[in-house]
Amino acid sequence: MAELLKIESEITAFPKELFYRNSQVEDTRQRENQVATRIQSWFRACKVRAYLSHLHKKAIIIQKTWRGFTARARVRQMVKAAYFIMKMNFYEEMAVRIQRRWRGFFQRKYIHNFYARKSYLQGVAAKNDLLRRELDELKKLQRRERDCLAMVKEQEAKVYQAQRLHHLISTKQCPGVFNSPFRQAPHEMELLLRQVKYQVPTRLAPRGRARPQGIPSPTALSFPGNLGSPWTKTSRTCCSRPVLSPITTKKQQGLYREPGEVWEQQVQCPELMWGLETSYTYLEEAQNQLQQQETRNRKYASPWEPQQQFFCSASLHQQELQKKELIKE
Amino acid sequence: MMSQRQIIQGVMSMLRPLLLDVVPNIQQTAALALGRLADHSDDLAEAVVKEDILPQLVQSLASQNRFYKKAAAFVLRAVAKHSPELAQAVVACGGVDALVLCLEEFDPGVKEAATWALGYIARHNAMLSQSVVDAGAVPLLVLCLLEPEIALKRIAASTLSDICKHTPELAQTVVDTGAIAHLAQMILNPDAKLKRQVFSALSQISKHSVNLAEMVIEAEIFPAALTSLRDQDEYVRKNVATLMREVVKHSPELSQVIINYGALSGVIDYVNDCRGNLRLPGIMMLGYLAAHSENLAMAVIISKGVPQLALCLSEESEHHIKAATVWSIGQIGQHTPEHAKAVATAHLLPKLLELYMDASSSEDLQAKSKKALKSILQKCTYVPGLEPLLYDAPSNILKHVVCQFSKVLPHDSKARRLFVTSGGLKKVQEIEAEPGSALQEHINAINNCFPEELVRYYTPGYSEALLERLDNYQLA
Repeated sequence: MAELLKIESEITAFPKELFYRNSQVEDTRQRENQVATRIQSWFRACKVRAYLSHLHKKAIIIQKTWRGFTARARVRQMVKAAYFIMKMNFYEEMAVRIQRRWRGFFQRKYIHNFYARKSYLQGVAAKNDLLRRELDELKKLQRRERDCLAMVKEQEAKVYQAQRLHHLISTKQCPGVFNSPFRQAPHEMELLLRQVKYQVPTRLAPRGRARPQGIPSPTALSFPGNLGSPWTKTSRTCCSRPVLSPITTKKQQGLYREPGEVWEQQVQCPELMWGLETSYTYLEEAQNQLQQQETRNRKYASPWEPQQQFFCSASLHQQELQKKELIKE
Repeated sequence: MMSQRQIIQGVMSMLRPLLLDVVPNIQQTAALALGRLADHSDDLAEAVVKEDILPQLVQSLASQNRFYKKAAAFVLRAVAKHSPELAQAVVACGGVDALVLCLEEFDPGVKEAATWALGYIARHNAMLSQSVVDAGAVPLLVLCLLEPEIALKRIAASTLSDICKHTPELAQTVVDTGAIAHLAQMILNPDAKLKRQVFSALSQISKHSVNLAEMVIEAEIFPAALTSLRDQDEYVRKNVATLMREVVKHSPELSQVIINYGALSGVIDYVNDCRGNLRLPGIMMLGYLAAHSENLAMAVIISKGVPQLALCLSEESEHHIKAATVWSIGQIGQHTPEHAKAVATAHLLPKLLELYMDASSSEDLQAKSKKALKSILQKCTYVPGLEPLLYDAPSNILKHVVCQFSKVLPHDSKARRLFVTSGGLKKVQEIEAEPGSALQEHINAINNCFPEELVRYYTPGYSEALLERLDNYQLA
């Protein structure tokens, strides 16, 4: 029974509890619904979030690897380019160095060579000095020559004077003008007078006669030997006799002997010359003898022969020699 | 009283029939008398021409003996020497052909007289020279050069020189007959007058063109001709200098050839020794040399050409010689700052300025000195040389001077100090220039090189400005 009571109480209490529980639950049903929704939404969100984050992570991984890949490719490219540029810069710098050196060298050697110019200018200065020295020496030489000539002229003038004043020389009895007894030594003119040999002056042909036909004197530059002062000319022709050139004997043509040779032979070897001595009329005698021989031997003698014998001295000489042999025998 | 003209006519008409006299002596004396009369003055020579004596003379030239030929040639020469018209009259009556026939004679006196006459005819102008050349005189003249008589050589050289001097074609004709070689052989002849004519002939040939000058040089005249620079006779020296000038003016290569023989010292000594007009060829030669290139100008400077030219400038009084000297100096100094410095150290810039400013200088001299001054100033960076010019120069020169200062002063501190202490800065402040003009820009450039206070100190009127400030100053 107890259990029945319990069950009856439970049966009566049951709807009350049910109602009570329902009413309680009803109070909180909304809220619990909301809460449950919330929890469910939250959980779903979590699931989705987890899914999304998973996706994100995977996407990130993909993007990461992809970006790394492309970036590395790009960097590799950049590195290549930078390397290339670095190399080019290096080359260019080296090329610039070479060109710089070359251009400097070329300019300095060929276009504007400072040392060549310097040595050229030094050379010019040296040449100038050389020429100056040479010209100075030349001038000295020329001046010496001129002085020499002047001295010679002076001396000639003095000699001429001495020759003209020869009569003033001092004699034993009477001292001359230049040899005054009050002087310690004779004047130089006196000494000259003593040295100089007297020459008879020859007179020039008077100039006036030569003029009209000859060379007019204002225009007379054409004397080939015309020297400056007139007295040199007169001294030349007055003081010395006109010297004739030696008579040059004309040489004989042919193989004749010298004039003295035959005489020498005659003196030295008189025996040999005997045969050559001939008489005055020897020629005529020889000719007569020949003619007689001819008349004797003539058979086919032409009229020309005797004349030939007359004119041909060589054959005549031969005939003479034959005659001498005949005479000797 | 008979007038002089009537006397002359009477004399001429009396002498004329004597030319046809039977006795040869009388003919010759009559011709000689005519020659001397014509030689004396050009009236008489005209009278000779008017009386128709020349055709007679020319006709009888062909047939007579050598004394007559000499006298007749003398008459022709005496007539031709006075003026071109008289020479033309001589040519018109066939005188040139007759004279050329005389050149073929054996007697040297006749040849000399004929050559002399041809020389006087050819001297006047190119046309007459051409007529002489057309008559075939040139080969005969060259043959005359080879004759042993010195007088004949002289006259032949002088005639060739007169023919060559007019035009290049005539000179070429003479050269084609081989005259240069013969002339070159006679350079070392001891006779002074012959050398004069030879050098004169060579210089007339070489003056026309580069080719002719090269041909003259190829005859190897130098260095033998340089010995004649110290000859006794001054005209020989002058003609050698003229020859060198004519050769040098054509091209730098020819100048190099001459310089390599040391000709510079010869020329400078020559300019030193002589005076007056004789110096002119030497001075002009230096100018032409320097004009070609800067190393030739430097060679002139090294051979102490610039002090010599300064001496010439101070000694000579004639304007044309001064003008030539000024031109030469300008050519030397215009190349680089080194050259300009060499000119400035010889104190030539103030002298050039003085010549430019002097009212009594001729126009030519003024123009040349201005040009020379400008060209030297544009290259001059030698500050002590530029300073004296600040004071007296007119504005057109001053702007160049100030321009040069503005180029030099920014870089050289010692020069700046010198500029201030010598009063140059003060002078620059006193210059009035229009704002915006180049002069003002240069002045500003100079002022920028110095501190502000210094510039203000030297501005004119600074002391008054300071005193004004003092008046307005109130003690606080």
